[in-house]
Amino acid sequence: MSKFLLHINGQDHSVQAPDEESLLSVLRNRLALTGTKYGCGEGQCGACTVLMDGAATRSCQIPAAAAAGAKITTIEGLERQGRLTPVQDAFLEEGAYQCGYCTSGMIMSASALLHDNHSPTDEQIVTAMNGNVCRCGTYPRILAAIKRAASLSAGGTR
Amino acid sequence: MTTRETASLQISVDRRGFLKLLGGGLLVCLSPSSALAQESGRGFRGHELPNDVSAWIHIGADGRVKVFTGKVEVGQNIRTSLAQAVAEELRVPFESITMVMGDTDLVPWDMGTFGSRTTPTMSPQLRNMAVAARELLVEAAAKRWNIDPSKLTASAGKITTPDGQKFITYGNLTRGEDLVKSAPGDPPLTPATEWKIAGTPVPKANGHDFVTGKHQFPSDIVRPGMAFGAVLRPEGYNAKLDSIETTAAEKLPGVKVIRDGDFTGVVAEDAFTAHQAVEAIKAKWTMPSQPSNQGLFDYLKANPDGESKPDHQSGSVADAYSSGDVKLESRYTTEYIAHTPLEPRAAVAEWNDGKLTVWTGTQRPFGVHEELMQTFKLSPKQVRVIQPDMGSGYGGKHTGEAAIEAARLARAAGKPVKVVWTREEEFTCAYFRPAGLVEIKSAARKDGTLVSWEFHNYNSGPAGIETPYETPNQLIQFHPSKSPLRQGSYRGLAATFNHFARESQIDEMAHALHMDPVAFRLKNISNPRLRAVVRAAAEKFEWDSAKSSPERGFGLSCGTDKGGFVATCAEIAVNPSTKNVKVQRAVQAWECGAIVNPDGLRNQVQGALVQGIGGALFERILFSNGRIENPHLSKYRVPRFSDTPQIDIILLDRKDLPSAGAGETGIVGIAPAIGNAIFAATGTRLRHMPLTPEDNVVKS
Repeated sequence: MSKFLLHINGQDHSVQAPDEESLLSVLRNRLALTGTKYGCGEGQCGACTVLMDGAATRSCQIPAAAAAGAKITTIEGLERQGRLTPVQDAFLEEGAYQCGYCTSGMIMSASALLHDNHSPTDEQIVTAMNGNVCRCGTYPRILAAIKRAASLSAGGTR
Repeated sequence: MTTRETASLQISVDRRGFLKLLGGGLLVCLSPSSALAQESGRGFRGHELPNDVSAWIHIGADGRVKVFTGKVEVGQNIRTSLAQAVAEELRVPFESITMVMGDTDLVPWDMGTFGSRTTPTMSPQLRNMAVAARELLVEAAAKRWNIDPSKLTASAGKITTPDGQKFITYGNLTRGEDLVKSAPGDPPLTPATEWKIAGTPVPKANGHDFVTGKHQFPSDIVRPGMAFGAVLRPEGYNAKLDSIETTAAEKLPGVKVIRDGDFTGVVAEDAFTAHQAVEAIKAKWTMPSQPSNQGLFDYLKANPDGESKPDHQSGSVADAYSSGDVKLESRYTTEYIAHTPLEPRAAVAEWNDGKLTVWTGTQRPFGVHEELMQTFKLSPKQVRVIQPDMGSGYGGKHTGEAAIEAARLARAAGKPVKVVWTREEEFTCAYFRPAGLVEIKSAARKDGTLVSWEFHNYNSGPAGIETPYETPNQLIQFHPSKSPLRQGSYRGLAATFNHFARESQIDEMAHALHMDPVAFRLKNISNPRLRAVVRAAAEKFEWDSAKSSPERGFGLSCGTDKGGFVATCAEIAVNPSTKNVKVQRAVQAWECGAIVNPDGLRNQVQGALVQGIGGALFERILFSNGRIENPHLSKYRVPRFSDTPQIDIILLDRKDLPSAGAGETGIVGIAPAIGNAIFAATGTRLRHMPLTPEDNVVKS
């Protein structure tokens, strides 16, 4: 059991949790940040993706204690003063979901990708996103949404 | 059926209380004489719809409309499409409607959300009520203004006089009048050619909540004072508990171990500790010897589960087969596959003064309601099941295991308890799409006329088993088997495997006859709707110029089930050295009557195709002696971005035909289309689903 501070979406959270407890479990079960989803528990589906210092990270694969000191962003932290990010806007505009359970992880992975690469090719998107599963099979729409987000960002709308 | 008939209405005390809760306004109840109401109320273990109402619409004084249905949103987009249908008939803006779904305290009884039934049954039921409500409102306005109701126009939530000088909103009209009326049963509906809100690509309701993480799925529900539960699972199928030692688990901080007959579970203050506690329980099990993948299909054929009769029989297949010019006899097989909904089963249960409330992900809230009543010996009013829009189901969430587990733990712990299944529990404790065996004997004349079709399905199921090809002599039969693994519903269920077997066989017949597979199909299909999708897909795919080579194959399939008509073309590439298969391109033409929401429909038809790639190429449950050997996403491969081909979806909109459901049948075409494309490229006929579990075409 350890006590530590997590810096999430611009706020500090004091957490007490066993050393081995995952960041995902702490987010969901101790801090009620349920936008980040559990899908497989082994880093295979991407539903639990968050940003740690800007990098897409599977929160089920990292102990929460190891995330102390990092700048963590979850899906709840993207919207600022009622304004969505280009990636969120693009997912809405393309209708890039069905049940929506994978959407948080998809948006976080796509945000990291577009941060590193402003105009990825289809092939680069597929490579970067291949660890995220949409069981409803909306991949073509997610691909279109990521390209739309790239052009939204390039157009200087944000 | 007497139309325009108004039945007397009895509102129970509960419903009256509920109405008070909503405030005044217009409440519409469909007459129980409606044919649709009766259809959906019958045939399920004698369960009849309650006599008081079959469905509800409530219009508040603020003009907001609440629509109540027992159907649930699982990603198939009915929260949006049903609201469109109601908005259309009621003549209100789409945005004014709130759908109240899957809450057993608030909505009328419903059998469940499966079988692509929402669009063909629930939608007309709600539309009927919306028309009735509109007519009542018009009559009320006419009375108020002392004017002929037929002269008034209802539009955008208000009623206007012929000269356009006077109008009154629905909200103002219902305010203070406390209208509670029964409504005519089968009023005339707006034809699809005149739709203004239905038939348009309205975006998914509450989309904003999904891109911001605000939407609460069942596994996201948090209740005050809530604890977390986990359950001890048996070592495998048919395992018997020999001994159990719980001391170590009970020593963990705040852990309570709960035993109740065969059930052993734990409650802890946090989820991590709950799972640690279950792992700390030492249990010894005895497992009987059981079947494995090896020899499964012989086992299924040799172990019938009761007698069966032909699903279809005409002429004499024995005579016709022996006299045919071209004859083929083949055997097809499919493995068990898992739904793998990305959100596993989950429930939060809470007991208050003897009343049990459970939030859970299920396609059958009232089925779970009944399971909870029986398990805990409660009356209907002592149980409430609430289904927040969930992380999909695909037929995999019909049952209430997680709800019962959470309720049992919550009762023992004396506080609300959440249970979320792990991915491994999803694989080992839920149920699968049935494995199966199909044996076909078919014969045709030299000119390509099919004369005999004998089709036996063992265990996989009867959905989509009948052939759409005109064949004078047929014997088609489903033979239920004793399944070694727990099996159940699945998107399209057996229609996928039955189409795979049939469409592979039809393709092989075409090749044996030296006929083009499209020409052979069109020669033997008379149904104009099926012909239309075949032609549409072939045209878009440029089938006529698609010539297969050893490294590139083109295949086609078609079929119909549950009112949907589908034709699928696939282009595959075969790596010359590894023989790996990659699906490069797919075209799918779809028709299911008048389209309610073209964007949602396109999404469903495309998603079904993508999901179908998994079962077609690589999904399979590996099991041995009662144990699932690949209960993880690292060992059970599902389709990913890199598996997704370029896809064109063609929607045929038949505004002259009633709308059918579209959540399922879009999955049936891709497996045989790929199999036929592999044959066209390599000359190898693959008769087993998944086709290429090791990625490559294994030479038979």
